[in-house]
Amino acid sequence: MAKIQNNRAWFLVLPVLVLVAFSAVIPLMTVVNYAFNDTFGNNQFFWNGLGWFEEMVRSERLHAALGRQMLFTGTILAIEVPLGIFIALNMPKKGFWASLCLVLMALPLLIPFNVVGTIWQIFCRVDIGLLGRFMAALGVDYNYTNDAFDAWVTLIVMDVWHWTSLVALLCYAGLQSIPEAYYQAARIDQANRWDIFRHIELPKMSGVLLIAVLLRFIDSFMIYTEPFVVTGGGPGNSTTFLSIDLVKMAIGQFDLGPAAAFSLMYFLVILLVSWVFYTVMVTRDSGEGT
Amino acid sequence: MLSVPRTEDGMQWTQPLIDSGWMAWTFPVALFFYGVGALLVVFSILAIRFPETPRRGILGIQTTRGDRLFLTLLGSAFINLIWLYFFGAPLTGALVICLLYAALVFRWV
Repeated sequence: MAKIQNNRAWFLVLPVLVLVAFSAVIPLMTVVNYAFNDTFGNNQFFWNGLGWFEEMVRSERLHAALGRQMLFTGTILAIEVPLGIFIALNMPKKGFWASLCLVLMALPLLIPFNVVGTIWQIFCRVDIGLLGRFMAALGVDYNYTNDAFDAWVTLIVMDVWHWTSLVALLCYAGLQSIPEAYYQAARIDQANRWDIFRHIELPKMSGVLLIAVLLRFIDSFMIYTEPFVVTGGGPGNSTTFLSIDLVKMAIGQFDLGPAAAFSLMYFLVILLVSWVFYTVMVTRDSGEGT
Repeated sequence: MLSVPRTEDGMQWTQPLIDSGWMAWTFPVALFFYGVGALLVVFSILAIRFPETPRRGILGIQTTRGDRLFLTLLGSAFINLIWLYFFGAPLTGALVICLLYAALVFRWV
């Protein structure tokens, strides 16, 4: 039976289109509109042209926040990805311990962001927190509320604690899909551990690994709740990442125009990165097919 | 364009289109979205009339006409921002570069 081609079926998509327009497209247009106007509230707007964009693109404050954001995202990726792979390689392959490991690994992923923040906020406090007291007892001068370096370490360790299991679980799934025959062939060829990893496990994992890196990149690039709860962007501005700065500007200072220009640039960066990852993934898949 | 407010001094291009309406939409912003919207519609029609064939360009990736439009728009946004950073407000030069860039993307990517 021949398949009926009827492009009028596209009209069935209309309700979704209306919904998306109302919930995403029009709000985005509103942000663009804000970015070109100045307002003091009261629905009164004054045209400001490209002023906000010019101010924001040259703003030292934004550059600093972007730098901190890059450093944070780079650091957690550099820790979480190798650590995740390492954990996945060393997890039991089957049986009771495999299930136990999976459940334990999944636990941090199930905790809401603000709860993770609260846990670490209290855990690290010097006066009542377990880690804070312990460090003090060891004689380490650790205080995340007034030392920028300590605040950074706390946030990075927290993110690693929260999200490494995501990378590990994805890699584990990738590893499980490798047929035993590959390992047998490797043993016949007397491949050593590194060769097996380099030529069998890593290529087979690279698909899921790419997704893991994409997810971690985007999540950490937009991170808000945990640093907000733990450090509130402080001490000073030392852990004020892009989204924290954006919220401060938009809601704290009510500078809607600059904040809108800021968020559009933020959006463009995310869009660019997402496109790069998407293209790499699609190109890889089509490459495997041929 | 008919809805642009007028006074004795001529057209008020940057005044809100609807006086004390929601969000104070202005003509330039509306024009921008009309432009993007129109491009999308035109490219959709083109895609139906002349089906796209993906090709591999200098980036080494498969692109269709729609992909190249996306690249053009995204790249243009960055070109404009970079122009703003170095030269500031009038974006005329940046728009010329964008057109060149668009031509390059559609020819070689």
